[in-house]
Amino acid sequence: MSALVAAELARELRGMGPFDAEACVNCGFCSATCPLGMDLLPRRLFRYVLFGMDDQVRAESEAVFSCLLCRACEQSCPAGVHITENVRLLRVWLLREGS
Amino acid sequence: MPLPTLDVVGILADNLRIRGSVLPIPARQATRWARDMNLPRGGETVLYTGLMYQLIPYIERLVALEERLGNSPLASLTGMGRRFNRLVNGVAFVARPSAAERAEYDRIPANVARLLQRAGVQFGYLYEDDLYAGALAHDLGADDAVALHARRVFALLRKHGVREVITVDPHTTNMLRSVYPGLVDGYDVRVRSYLEVLAEQGLSFPAPLSGKVVVHDPCVYARYENVIEPPRKLLAAAGLDVGEPENARLLTWCCGGPAEALYPAKAAAVAASRVAQLRTVASDCVTMCPICLVNLRKSADGAMRFRDISEYLVEASAAASAIG
Repeated sequence: MSALVAAELARELRGMGPFDAEACVNCGFCSATCPLGMDLLPRRLFRYVLFGMDDQVRAESEAVFSCLLCRACEQSCPAGVHITENVRLLRVWLLREGS
Repeated sequence: MPLPTLDVVGILADNLRIRGSVLPIPARQATRWARDMNLPRGGETVLYTGLMYQLIPYIERLVALEERLGNSPLASLTGMGRRFNRLVNGVAFVARPSAAERAEYDRIPANVARLLQRAGVQFGYLYEDDLYAGALAHDLGADDAVALHARRVFALLRKHGVREVITVDPHTTNMLRSVYPGLVDGYDVRVRSYLEVLAEQGLSFPAPLSGKVVVHDPCVYARYENVIEPPRKLLAAAGLDVGEPENARLLTWCCGGPAEALYPAKAAAVAASRVAQLRTVASDCVTMCPICLVNLRKSADGAMRFRDISEYLVEASAAASAIG
């Protein structure tokens, strides 16, 4: 897969709320502590956003909407990323895109 | 197979915008728990239920319907259902829990009111103006509908002269305490969970309980609102031996409930893993969130007992009894 980096999506999300996915260091601790065991979330999802891969984000709609927002991931995030609020803002974006 | 996500979320958001709740139920049913309590209307401090417990029997009916629809060709008609629901409240047709089902969850806000009265707290109630706070719609990203609703709720609080609300569940606590201030200009309402109020106020337990329980922290109380010690303090004061599961306090393990509205199978898998953790500690589990209570209870299917914390506290602060 190849893609050009485009900042519009991340900028749009930052306009909707405190979206801070760029702070993610891609360590994977979040995925390891997720009760749902969702290995796609959040680090890979955040990369899709930061690279401007809108279609990939849309394709991961089920993962975005099945997140429990339980914040277990945030307890182990060394970068202090507001992971669940980022995921929630992606829901806001997906809803607006789909309406 | 799950129903179409955007249509389901759209129905919930439409309900919140048009009817003031994601699952609109008649006010007489939402307020039935207070019928014989003679609580004053309004006042500076009110008990705000946010209808979470009262809605649980309706949610259970809807989830069961969703599980059936998700596996049938009717799932493709969800978009049409949304258009119908804009005109007519669909919940009134598809979710009709029995009186016994409603009574079980209506008991919880009644317990909380009794506990506050026993602790000497002065409070009123908003009756038909005690609205759902919008937690599910907020979680699902329906921000426009939630912002509109938050302003509606704040206007009602102002109309009744409310300066402080005492909440019953973690989701309403989080919405009113941490989400609304970012949505409503001038929002200045003090918000505390009844567990915080009781722990601070002090509540005597003339009929202390005995036995071991395992405590399940709701994610929202523990990681969003830092309500961790008050329930433990109250349960210990009520005489119970409070056991901690493998994942507790800030590291608590989700009940799976937040996924239930859209992905019931995923919710069930998470609940099963949590029940397995809890069972190793005790056969009686204390919950303090309606979503946790119903999801864990359903998963355990009678293998262990789940009860809301208010049930224990009401027993210990009144007539003598023991669990088990």
